[in-house]
Amino acid sequence: MLHFLRRRLPVAIRVALTVLTLSFLLTRLSGDLAISIAGPNASQEDIELIRSAYGLDRPLWVQYFDWLWRALQGDFGDSYFFKTRVARLIMERMPITMTLGLCGLFIALCVALPLGILAAVRENTWVDRSVLMVALIGQAMPSFWLGLILMVVLGLNLGWLPISGTGSWEHYVMPSIVLSFSAIPSLMRLTRSGMIEALASDYIRTARAKGLSRLSILVKHGFRNAAIPVVAIAAVQLGFMLGGSIVIETVFALHGVGYLAWESISKNDFPVVQAVVLVLALIYIGLTLLSDLLNAVLDPRLRSA
Amino acid sequence: MSALLDIEDLRVTFGGTAAVRGISLTVEKGETHCLVGESGCGKSVTSLAVMGLLAKGGKRDAARLSFAGDDIRDYNEAQMSRLRGDRMAMIFQEPMTSLNPAYTVGSQMTEVLRRHRGTPRAQAVDRAVELLTRVGITAPGLRLGQFPHQLSGGLRQRVMIAMALMCDPELLIADEPTTALDVTVQAQILRLLAELQKDLGLGILLITHDLGIVARVADRVSVMYAGEVVESAPTAELFRAPRHPYTRGLLSCVPVPGKVKRDEPLGSIPGVVPRIPPGFTGCAFRDRCSFAEAACAGTLPRRNVGPAHEMLCVLPEGVPA
Repeated sequence: MLHFLRRRLPVAIRVALTVLTLSFLLTRLSGDLAISIAGPNASQEDIELIRSAYGLDRPLWVQYFDWLWRALQGDFGDSYFFKTRVARLIMERMPITMTLGLCGLFIALCVALPLGILAAVRENTWVDRSVLMVALIGQAMPSFWLGLILMVVLGLNLGWLPISGTGSWEHYVMPSIVLSFSAIPSLMRLTRSGMIEALASDYIRTARAKGLSRLSILVKHGFRNAAIPVVAIAAVQLGFMLGGSIVIETVFALHGVGYLAWESISKNDFPVVQAVVLVLALIYIGLTLLSDLLNAVLDPRLRSA
Repeated sequence: MSALLDIEDLRVTFGGTAAVRGISLTVEKGETHCLVGESGCGKSVTSLAVMGLLAKGGKRDAARLSFAGDDIRDYNEAQMSRLRGDRMAMIFQEPMTSLNPAYTVGSQMTEVLRRHRGTPRAQAVDRAVELLTRVGITAPGLRLGQFPHQLSGGLRQRVMIAMALMCDPELLIADEPTTALDVTVQAQILRLLAELQKDLGLGILLITHDLGIVARVADRVSVMYAGEVVESAPTAELFRAPRHPYTRGLLSCVPVPGKVKRDEPLGSIPGVVPRIPPGFTGCAFRDRCSFAEAACAGTLPRRNVGPAHEMLCVLPEGVPA
């Protein structure tokens, strides 16, 4: 296991550094930051003032290493628009995005795993085909559209759920459902194919020859093996969902990190943009690493290798 | 007193292929009945059909299929699962893939006892240690904590054998159980099975293509060809006076020290076992048989050619000795 970490960790760190550099460079590529911060009516003096106040008059590489050094210490500077520490801003918004992501993943797993197993057990029957059909529809549906439909039906027409904001747990129900839709198809198909493979294996025949119960054969012996890739993909999916929540947070006006990213991009608040990109990327890298580790934990053949 | 396992006219089809075509055989308590034949002649399918473990698409039909006097033809999955692993156990020929890679040997072995007898874990572990020792595995305590991928093929097969014996079954169906093992271990396993048979009256249906094993352990032999039993006799009788051309051919393929001369070529049977469509009549062996005649395409008589010696062939006395 330690050996495993030693191999994966350097790769993860290299990826993180690359993302760090890219997120810095991309914001600089979008034009003269001092001009866009100052706004259309600013005078040349105002622009110069802003440029020196934010240190934008220094050579690019000095700015880069200055930012990098601070970022490594967890200091992302101040937000131009919110007039507060970027780190604090992200810390405030992160719980909302995390809650949304985890709820979305939970719903996705609750739907995808049973459906995937069911489809595998009933392979090539109408049950299997309708489950695959649902997966296809889920994959084809844009999340903002599904979000709006749910808002109209559950929120406005039926009045069951609030349509925007973060006041109570009910505010998270619709966004989580919408978010889960992006993960359900792939998780379900992976469960299905893994189960079909497992159920056709010799060890399942052995389990049946041992007279084990149907539940034990399906879940303990079958799903335990089919679940290995599913768990790994679920961790990566969570990364996608956290990053992808930008659309859903905007639609449902949930003030999470995704919404923050959207706000700061439109306000040219580049320290925030840089930091959000970096934090989401780091979470994604961490989850990918976690997925590899989970794989190793679940598969005894990898554990000792 | 009825036989432990009594099969009459067992048929198995997979789509357009008749894999087993009307097999009848019995296994008595304490008896070893060997099923021999080339690959693809339906031996494994027969054993899976008895256990109710046919792969998807396999259809079973029989005039009689009884275990210890009970008709198990219409048993549902739940009823069969109470028999399997407890009173009838099976060993498969694929030791590398027959154990679940995600669980330890100990967990997979004890599971059987816990399921059928509700034995507490500690006692089940004791039983597993005892059986691993009996199949010749050293350091059984260590092995119980290991995963299948940490074991060699021979060790895995011995684990499979020990696992099948956990509940002291009445009937053991063993499909090529020793093919993956080297000869010394093979001898040890065969001795163990013989002991268990003496101690517990275990009935064994042994599937093999190794005629050396047959000669050593079988009480009765059924020779299968293309889904049918073409000849069946007590072991000594079969080896002394094989009557069916196919049996004769099989036996001529095996070198016997002292009998086969050094420069004389061993026998062989030209061709391979054919795939039989449903509704096929006549002798399936006729294309490979040197005694074939016009009558071989018609319905074959099953006749007695000696004490408890049956044969399916148009030749009245079989192949002349």
